[in-house]
Amino acid sequence: MATAPEPAPETFEAAAAALAAAGAESRSVRILGAGTKVGWGFPTPQADLELHTTNLNRIVEHNAGDLTAVLEAGVPLAQAQRRFASEGQMLALDPALGPDSAATIGGVIATGDSGPLRHRYGAPRDLVVGTTVALSDGTIARSGGKVIKNVAGYDLGKLFAGSFGTLGMILAVSVRLHPVPVATGTALGSSDDPDLLGTAARALAAAPFELEALDVSWNAGHGTIMARSGGAEAVRRSTRVAALMRDLRLRPVDVEIDDAEIWERQRAAQRSERRALVRLAARPSLLSAVLHAAEACGGTVVGRAALGSSFVALDPDAVVTLREGLPAGTVAAVLDGPAELRGQLAPWGTPDGGALELMRRLKARFDPAGACNPGLFVGGI
Amino acid sequence: MPSGASELTSRLRKICGSEHVLSHAHDLATYRSDGLSHYQQTPVAAALPGTSEQVQQVVRACFEAGVPWVARGAGTGLSGGALPIADGVLVVLSRLRRILSVDLDDARVIVEPGVTNLSVSRAVAPTHFYPPDPSSQIVCSIGGNVAENSGGAHCFKYGFTTNYVTALEVVLSDGTVAQLDRDAPGYDLLGAFVGSEGTLGVATKIALRVIPAPESIRTLLAFFEDTGGAGEAVSAIVDAGIVPGAIEMMDRLSIKAAEQATGAGYRLDAGAALIVELDGPREECTSRLEQLMELCSRTGALDVRLALSDEERDLIWRTRKAAFAAMGRIAPAYYVQDGVIPRTRLSEVLRTIDTLAAEYRLQVANVFHAGDGNLHPLVCYDSAREGEPERAEELSALIVKACVDAGGSITGEHGVGVDKKAYMPSMFSEADLEAFQRLRCAFDPHGLANPGKVMPTPRLCGEVPGPYREHPLERAGIAERF
Repeated sequence: MATAPEPAPETFEAAAAALAAAGAESRSVRILGAGTKVGWGFPTPQADLELHTTNLNRIVEHNAGDLTAVLEAGVPLAQAQRRFASEGQMLALDPALGPDSAATIGGVIATGDSGPLRHRYGAPRDLVVGTTVALSDGTIARSGGKVIKNVAGYDLGKLFAGSFGTLGMILAVSVRLHPVPVATGTALGSSDDPDLLGTAARALAAAPFELEALDVSWNAGHGTIMARSGGAEAVRRSTRVAALMRDLRLRPVDVEIDDAEIWERQRAAQRSERRALVRLAARPSLLSAVLHAAEACGGTVVGRAALGSSFVALDPDAVVTLREGLPAGTVAAVLDGPAELRGQLAPWGTPDGGALELMRRLKARFDPAGACNPGLFVGGI
Repeated sequence: MPSGASELTSRLRKICGSEHVLSHAHDLATYRSDGLSHYQQTPVAAALPGTSEQVQQVVRACFEAGVPWVARGAGTGLSGGALPIADGVLVVLSRLRRILSVDLDDARVIVEPGVTNLSVSRAVAPTHFYPPDPSSQIVCSIGGNVAENSGGAHCFKYGFTTNYVTALEVVLSDGTVAQLDRDAPGYDLLGAFVGSEGTLGVATKIALRVIPAPESIRTLLAFFEDTGGAGEAVSAIVDAGIVPGAIEMMDRLSIKAAEQATGAGYRLDAGAALIVELDGPREECTSRLEQLMELCSRTGALDVRLALSDEERDLIWRTRKAAFAAMGRIAPAYYVQDGVIPRTRLSEVLRTIDTLAAEYRLQVANVFHAGDGNLHPLVCYDSAREGEPERAEELSALIVKACVDAGGSITGEHGVGVDKKAYMPSMFSEADLEAFQRLRCAFDPHGLANPGKVMPTPRLCGEVPGPYREHPLERAGIAERF
């Protein structure tokens, strides 16, 4: 008879043993970090066991000279960032961190969440250089390493990033760090015309400004594009960005040097407590169509203007209308929202049939017991 | 030759046209190896399909005949990843070389796998470029880059192939097609596929992200007494928060060989040369350049030169990129390694390599991507001298071990292929390898796509354990399997 597994294991071995015990007994396990995104995906019945990463909370390494770090999954991202900042570095991941900024590195990576810095630095999958995971048969497996360049073996880090804990439990990750820019400046340009914003976003994205972030916001008929420069010459560069914004007929145009709050607002608007929050992935050139569709449903938008990644907050009742109004090929995932809505609406959208078949095979290979976060992911995986 | 081979070959001829299927030994000579020519193997046949549909039919025919196959691009790989299988078919993608679309509004280019790396940048110049730039970029193909997750000199700042592929059409080993898209809901199948060395399937259409070309590029060449001094300069640059487009280092022996090849004026009395390239917005480059020159002087540079024209910049780079080929001037043959180390361990690992080289009485030239700690030690030998190739191979293995011991990797960009698969257990445990195998089996349960590569020992895929169980959500009618 197996002993009752610890709900918040302190070691990799204990976590793997807890998963294995559940797997062997056909019990379902809900893997959790701080639980800030626990409502995303298909609603699922109460799991037989909750397994928390809370006690896997060590910053194992911060190799400042190598621009890398090794973090256990339960480390709050905000805490890791403070440590990196003390050496002038950052993990270039800035999603909304939830109440008390509690989001953990494991949770951010497992959900593939990101923020405005994605423009320059990519998503979690682009910053993870190594992963240690526990599988439901008790295996502890590592992939990648802790150097920023490495092609040895398969990239399981990318497979687990954004897998919502359905393949296994992320125990620790190695990540690539970047220097914090010595100075920043943000140019902001506004318009009430979605088409003009779309055109301006394309022109700004194609200009050689090497921006840290290029975002858009849209709220009640009024939109703004914000472009952040980072580096020793950030202010002069922002002035140049602002000049292009004026040429593109954005009005008014400003440069903000004390710009942290602007970006905090963008991050915060990626979540919605009271309304539904739909994350869109569209071709970047379709930005104006996305803004029109959101406006037609009374939605507000923040997003990455050059990447086609947008977050629309709107009334839950309007989600169906939004999906219908979006350009063909747009992926619209319902993240925040009432369980009822997520249960009815196929929250993830519809994947390619061939791809879904591969996903099912992966799930069967990595989690043959079907123990890990069953039912919440794409296609009910 | 396995039974049924001639039947398969005639089926391949029907699919691709007779002239595009080679099965005579003399026609297959070109295809016996990739860029790592000491591994050679003649396949049963080489098929050169002309469309993605033909690729699919070729793979399907192999599947039905139970014959393994290997996909090959331009054959420039340096790990034997495209080494044919004696009883298998080689699927050569060099006829699929159309650029299907260039869409700068979405910063996307869609290409067939046989398109060369450099022609992607050319297709979007002068406003944009495609950052991954392996030294072989004039000839190497994008399909091969996807298989190997290729890097290049500029990946310290810009990242690797995997950071630029946005979608793939892939043919799986049973001949079915899947669309893998970064934006699609679900697992990051694309991320798993890129860099899988042709073992998960073959890409037939590739969508790439391109980015705006930098406004300003400043290239600097600095010479140092030794690699230790150059290494200190690299540390000072990184510690100052500067992220150059490229930081490349060459040691005395590689300078000598490359200089003989190009006559670029590299200093032959220097123990190390450092190429540092800043790119980006012009204000930033100007301000960083000043800082950079000061850092080089402060860390003991003998000489710091700034490229004043495009021609001077080209010459600096041509010399760096000539280093591998020029090594023929030093020795008749060499093994090239591709180990990675945490950059801060550079001096220590180079000292280890020096000690080992002396012990093995062999010359080792070092060329490397210093920003990300990716070493390319070239172990020189002469096959005509008895025992030297064996000594070189042994020394090569010890250098890889030194990289892993320092917390690094056996390969940074060349891939595992056949060449480094024996080193895999030095980096990964049996449980890790077994987890890799789960991924491989999910994509290719019959083991037909490039078997014998990457994994140190042959493995089969078992059936997926466990019976089908109805999910609680299915019972509740919330979700269905489809």
